[in-house]
Amino acid sequence: MNAPAPNSFRNGPDETGHFGIFGGRFVAETLMPLILSLEKAYNEAKVDPAFQEEMRSYLTHYVGRPSPLYFAERLTQHLGGAKIYLKRDELNHTGAHKINNVMGQILLAMRMGKTRIIAETGAGQHGVATATVCARFGLKCVVYMGAVDVERQKPNVFRMKMLGAEIVPVTSGAHTLKDAMNEALRDWVSNVHDTFYCIGTAAGPHPYPGMVRDFQAIIGHEARAQILEREGRLPDALVACIGGGSNAIGLFHPFLDDKDVALYGVEAAGHGLESGAHAASLTGGRPGVLHGNRTYLLMDEDGQITEAHSISAGLDYPGIGPEHSWLHDTGRVKYISATDKEALAAFQLLSQLEGIIPALEPAHAIAKVLDLAPTMPRDALMIVNLCGRGDKDIFTVAEHLGGMD
Amino acid sequence: MPFEEAHRFGDLMKSRIENRFEHVRAQKRAALVTFIMGGDPDLETSFQIIQHLPKAGADLIEIGMPFTDPMADGPAIQAAGLRALAGGQTLKKTLSLVERFRKDNQDTPIILMGYFNPIYIYGVEAFLKDALHAGVDGLIVVDLPPEEDDELCKPALAAGLNFIRLATPTTDDKRLPKVLTNTSGFVYYVSVTGITGSAIADHSHVADSVARIKAHTDLPVVVGFGVKDAATAEKVARGADGVVVGSALVEVVRASLDQNGKATDKTVAAVETLVASLAEGVRRVTK
Repeated sequence: MNAPAPNSFRNGPDETGHFGIFGGRFVAETLMPLILSLEKAYNEAKVDPAFQEEMRSYLTHYVGRPSPLYFAERLTQHLGGAKIYLKRDELNHTGAHKINNVMGQILLAMRMGKTRIIAETGAGQHGVATATVCARFGLKCVVYMGAVDVERQKPNVFRMKMLGAEIVPVTSGAHTLKDAMNEALRDWVSNVHDTFYCIGTAAGPHPYPGMVRDFQAIIGHEARAQILEREGRLPDALVACIGGGSNAIGLFHPFLDDKDVALYGVEAAGHGLESGAHAASLTGGRPGVLHGNRTYLLMDEDGQITEAHSISAGLDYPGIGPEHSWLHDTGRVKYISATDKEALAAFQLLSQLEGIIPALEPAHAIAKVLDLAPTMPRDALMIVNLCGRGDKDIFTVAEHLGGMD
Repeated sequence: MPFEEAHRFGDLMKSRIENRFEHVRAQKRAALVTFIMGGDPDLETSFQIIQHLPKAGADLIEIGMPFTDPMADGPAIQAAGLRALAGGQTLKKTLSLVERFRKDNQDTPIILMGYFNPIYIYGVEAFLKDALHAGVDGLIVVDLPPEEDDELCKPALAAGLNFIRLATPTTDDKRLPKVLTNTSGFVYYVSVTGITGSAIADHSHVADSVARIKAHTDLPVVVGFGVKDAATAEKVARGADGVVVGSALVEVVRASLDQNGKATDKTVAAVETLVASLAEGVRRVTK
C-alpha cells in the first residue's frame, strides 16, 4: 500500500482525527459528547502555559526526567557497526515510558473535574503508572486486566493493589489486552458522568492517538537535544518496539521530517509470522475498525478480530495506533518484526553486556539492533528506545530459559 | 394475526418501517421491537426463532450481526454473539437469514444491528447491495456516530436503506439535531448510560426523554434497555412509540440450551412464550 507523501509528516491528525484514512471516532453515541469535550479540554490545555508548566514540573521532580541518553559501548563493540545509544526511559518512576502519558492524562482529567480514573493494561506497566499517579493525586482508580495477564504479570498486580487501585480481571473474550480494553470501554459507557478513561497507548478514538503521542513525544524531543549535544548531529537511525506503539511514536515524531533519519518500528512476531501466532498487525494484518479507530488489525476473512500472540504481554494486542498505520502506508517508517526467541536472546545479551535488564517489549527492539547495527558504518549513530525495565519479566524469562540457577 | 393481512394494504410507496409504525399507531398502541442474535446458537434455530416472532407479537425485528468485540454490549449479548460465532455464523449467513424470512413475510421490518468492522471488511457497497436484495429495511451500527456518516450512513441512505441512530441521555439538546440528521425509520433511545442489559432504575423519565427527542423530530421514538418482561414492557410503552427487548430474549435462548450449548426442542418455544407475554404487556397500554 502506498499513500502519497505529505509535505510534513508531523501535522496529523486532521480536524476529524484522521491520519490519512486511519484514526477517526468509531464509538457509541453515549461516549461521543464526552470525547468531544475531551478534545476541547485537551486543545485548551495544550496551549495553556500553566498546564505545560505543571506537566514539566511533575515530569522533572516526580517522574525523573529527562531520562539519560546512554552510549552502549560494549554492545556497540560486540556488534562492530553503528554507535548505539539507549534512551533510558526504563529509569522513569514506575519503570517504563507509560508514566509520561499517564501524567498528562491525569492532569487533564482533573482539569475536567473527573474523579474516577479507569485504565486497561496488558503487561501491567500502564496500570501501575495509572495507579501510581492516581495515588499521588488521591483519585479513585480501576484497572481492567485480562485474567490471563493477571496470572502472568503477578508482580505488577500486587504493585497496583498496593497503590490502592481496584483490579478487575477480565474473563470475556480471550481474557487478554483487547478484552480489557472492551471492558474499560463498557465501564466508561456506564459511568460517563465522573469517569475519565486513561488509555495506555497511542490508539483509540480521536483525540487519544494524537494526545498520547504528544505526551510521549518528550522522549524524542529529549533524545534529539541529547544526541545533538553529544555528537553534534542527528542520528542515522531510530529503533523502537511496537505494540500499540506509544513509545515508538513518542521517539519518532520529532524526527519524522528529518528524512535522513531512518526509522524502524519492531512488531512482535511471536512464534514467527508464518505460524499465525504473532502480534504483528502491520506485517500480518489489514485495515479495519476496532476500539474507536481505523487501523491495521489481525482478523479473519469475516472481519472478526483474532487473537495476538507474543511472549511480551505489552505487545500482545491485535491492533496498532493509527498514526503507525499511516506511517507504514506512506513508507516513512519501516516496520519489521522480532520473534519471541530473538527477544529472549536480546534480553540476555543486553543484561550481560551492559548490566541493563530490559523489559521483554524493548528486547524486541534490541533484537533487531543486532541485525541492523552491524550493517552500518562505525561512525553511524543509532538510538534505541529502552522503554521499560525487565524486573516484571524475570519469571517469564526464567520459565522459558529453564530456571535461574 | 389479522393485522398481518391488513398491513398488506399499506402504502407501497412508504417503507416497511413507516407502514408498520402507521399500522401500530392505528391500533393505538406501542410497537414491540425484538432483538435476536443471528446464528445463535446455530443458523437453523435462529431462523426458526425469527420466523416465529411476528406470530408471537413482534412488530419489528432486529437481528444482531455477531462481532468478537462488542464494546457497548453487556454480558448477555456478548455471550449470544460468541455462541453464534462458535456456531460458524458470518455476515453472509446473517443476510441469508433475512432472505429466507422474506420468502414468507413481506411486512415485518428487519433491522440489522451490530458493529462496523464486519461490514467494512465485507465491503460497504457489496454489503448494501446484498442487504437490499435480502430484504433488509434498516441498519443500526453502534460504533458509527454522526461524525462518521461518510462511512456507511450516507451510502446506506442513498441505496434506500434506513439508518437508525441511537440517542442517549448524554445526547444533549445541542447535539440532538446532529444525531437526528441522516436518521431515518425511527430513533432508538437508549434509556440509560450503560451497556445493553443494564436495568432502568426509574421508568418515569422515559416519557420526558421521549418528549425531548420528539421536540426535534417527527420520527417514531423507540426505547430500549432494561425491558425484561410484560410489566417493564408496559411501563416503557406508556412513554414511547415502541419498546425494544434484546438481552432478555437472548437470555431465554441461553437458558433453553443443553449442556453442550446446543438448541433443544424448547428453544424456539421459549422465545415465543416471552415475546407473546411482552406483546401482551405492550398492548395493555392504549395510546
